[in-house]
Amino acid sequence: MKDAFGLPQSLLVLGGTSEIALATTRRMIARRTRTVWLAGRPSPALEQSAADLRALGADVHTVAFDALDPESHETVLGKVFAEGDIDMVLLAFGILGDQAHDEREPMSAVRVAQTNYTGAVSATLISASALQAQGHGSLVVLSSVAAERARRANFIYGSSKAGLDTFTQGLGDALHGTGVHVMLVRPGFVHTKMTAGLEATPLATTPEAVATAIETGLRRRSETVWVPGALSVVMSALRHLPRGLFRRLPI
Amino acid sequence: MPADTVSVTGWGRTAPTVARLIRPRTYEEAAAAVRDCGARGGIPRGLGRAYGDAAQNAGGAVFDMTGLDRVHAIDADGGTVSCDAGVSLHRLMRVLLPLGWFVPVTPGTRQVTVGGAIGADIHGKNHHVSGAFSRHVLSLELLTADGGIRTVRRGTPLFDATTGGMGLTGVILTATVQLQPVETSLMSVDTERARDLDDLMARLAATDDHYRYSVAWIDLLARGAATGRAVLTRGDHAPLDALREGTRARRDPLAFRPSRLPGPPAFLPEGLLNRRTVACFNELWYRRAPRARTGELQKLTTFFHPLDGVPHWNRIYGRGGFVQYQFVVGHGQEESLHRVVRRISEHRCPSFLAVLKRFGDADPGWLSFPVPGWTLALDIPAALPGLGALLDALDEEVATAGGRVYLAKDSRLRPELLAAMYPRLDAFRSLRAELDPRGVFVSDLARRLAL
Ligand SMILES: Cc1cc2nc3c(=O)[nH]c(=O)nc-3n(C[C@H](O)[C@H](O)[C@H](O)COP(=O)(O)OP(=O)(O)OC[C@H]3O[C@@H](n4cnc5c(N)ncnc54)[C@H](O)[C@@H]3O)c2cc1C
Ligand SMILES: NC(=O)c1ccc[n+]([C@@H]2O[C@H](COP(=O)([O-])OP(=O)(O)OC[C@H]3O[C@@H](n4cnc5c(N)ncnc54)[C@H](OP(=O)(O)O)[C@@H]3O)[C@@H](O)[C@H]2O)c1
Repeated sequence: MKDAFGLPQSLLVLGGTSEIALATTRRMIARRTRTVWLAGRPSPALEQSAADLRALGADVHTVAFDALDPESHETVLGKVFAEGDIDMVLLAFGILGDQAHDEREPMSAVRVAQTNYTGAVSATLISASALQAQGHGSLVVLSSVAAERARRANFIYGSSKAGLDTFTQGLGDALHGTGVHVMLVRPGFVHTKMTAGLEATPLATTPEAVATAIETGLRRRSETVWVPGALSVVMSALRHLPRGLFRRLPI
Repeated sequence: MPADTVSVTGWGRTAPTVARLIRPRTYEEAAAAVRDCGARGGIPRGLGRAYGDAAQNAGGAVFDMTGLDRVHAIDADGGTVSCDAGVSLHRLMRVLLPLGWFVPVTPGTRQVTVGGAIGADIHGKNHHVSGAFSRHVLSLELLTADGGIRTVRRGTPLFDATTGGMGLTGVILTATVQLQPVETSLMSVDTERARDLDDLMARLAATDDHYRYSVAWIDLLARGAATGRAVLTRGDHAPLDALREGTRARRDPLAFRPSRLPGPPAFLPEGLLNRRTVACFNELWYRRAPRARTGELQKLTTFFHPLDGVPHWNRIYGRGGFVQYQFVVGHGQEESLHRVVRRISEHRCPSFLAVLKRFGDADPGWLSFPVPGWTLALDIPAALPGLGALLDALDEEVATAGGRVYLAKDSRLRPELLAAMYPRLDAFRSLRAELDPRGVFVSDLARRLAL
């Protein structure tokens, strides 16, 4: 069960090698979390992540989970929920893609959309209904600032996150009053392996900062969290910029 | 039986979870509700005055026992009452005072049920003299997981598991309680101020035994040497001859006259309670109290339940809710108490007056909270940054000193510390495993702390 500060005792991570998710999990273990499920594509990295978390004192399991195989989600996630209550689900899988390459290779662009959007749709719906049956739990979804407004430089990724973001908002409304708390997290540029080699944007942040924002959001039962918080102001300005002007911005 | 799916919290309004709320009107309906409660079990609930998650059960059933509220029999000579567990102490006072009897133990609010009073084995300002509520319970009827009803008598393991058992051994349906005789419905109260924590503890230790009721309100926001300055209020039921002839009070000495103020508005701006406003309140309150005054006649409700005058006062803490932290450490652990008080004060928690009291002898309930020593209780807004870590550190201090926190107030304890705080936990767990092998009775508290 979550405590008065919204801190979970059990945590299911979808995308078990995500650096943001692992920073968040370490924070949660330092607080209250004792049971962790890392769902992800089987790999030495996934096992290593589990071992690292075990060293912090948690009881950690790994489960094979592929966002691109939505047919399997019901079975895979069903098994996890059958083992006991999950206080928090953190949806962290996602791929950035390579915009220029993906524009030339539509199937590659589709993979971005399928991972980030349709894969997330099935995993979220299944998690949401399990949480609803429990009558409690937080569903934390990593969206992105890229979901706010399409940018020339990464609109394939951006549109997939926009889909996920809109979906999650609607789901949050649908689950209002069911005891399930849905929290949308919109980080800006975060230094992780996903962004390695890319030029950092202003207000770039760290996985630890995202973890802190998630912890605060849980305590406040927030519905939307920006990381860093200042992005909420920046993005609400950008959102209203006329198209012609926006196109010419160096972003 | 009507069942609504509703969001449920404790009095602190943190950690809401959703459950089917079922309100049985007969014992048969209660038994049927227990039998049919489904895979996620059920938990009895009284008036929801436990601060944390004791009377909630995510995804399962919550049995609202306030629909079973008959007073069955009063023995006006022997001073006992038999009633349903859903009867409130408020109602008992209304019924019993005119007959010259008072409840044996009352918490800081009258809005608790007899079931909740036994389930949490509550204590009052008379603990140092009268012990916890269970000491006055002669017998009770318990609806157990198999759907059967048992009469549970004092001195049996099931009695000791149920008193303080947080509803986890079954649903208390009725209880027979020994009452306290009174001549009037007024209190004769002595008030004095203590300039700091040492002064306070010295006064309490020296003269508590002269009073049936005793409590100190302490200011944890006062800085430096004044930390722990306090106002002691102690007293007893006023005897008839303390009321002046010819007064209204004397003509109707046993009248029960609770006062009631309008509640706060449903919406209050966030941040109303901050260090400055709370410190200001505490300061005023301390200055207003007399340095020393004896024999003041107070209404019973003013003395015992000052907060009951303001309905829904818990809303002043806003959406984020609040946490009540209450612990006890034994005599001889005064240093730990000092350290805890210092830490709270250093953290500058915007906490209204905290309550300090000396407990007397413990009662046998396995999870019953009071043990001889010092107990401190304070409310803190849950949104206060760093509060979780602060309270974790206090738990360590308390556990090291052999003390414990009160489950009826808890909403955040680490489960690892529970066994150290409650040494009879194993006995409690095995009795439950035997009595309720399918785990029908379960609450959010039980899940969180692996009770
Ligand atoms: C302003 C205020 C002041 C307080 N002061 C004190 C104090 O001075 N001393 C003190 O000890 N406590 C105090 N409390 C706490 C309160 O007395 C306890 O939490 C009490 O248990 C609340 O009773 P309730 O009927 O509201 O029960 P709930 O809060 O609804 O339930 C509390 C527990 O009792 C169990 N329970 C309820 N009914 C039954 C039943 N029929 N059968 C079996 N189990 C049942 C529940 O399962 C739960 O575990 C205070 C609370 C408030 C809000
Ligand atoms: N980094 C940023 O700047 C940033 C900003 C905003 C939002 N986000 C979002 O935050 C989330 C976490 O990002 P991160 O920075 O922590 O990135 P990361 O370390 O690269 O993690 C991405 C995760 O997604 C997993 N994944 C990819 N495809 C998958 C598939 N088909 N099935 C299952 N898992 C798959 C990866 O698993 P494998 O180990 O199997 O590859 C990895 O665990 C992502 O959703 C990302 O879009 C990131």
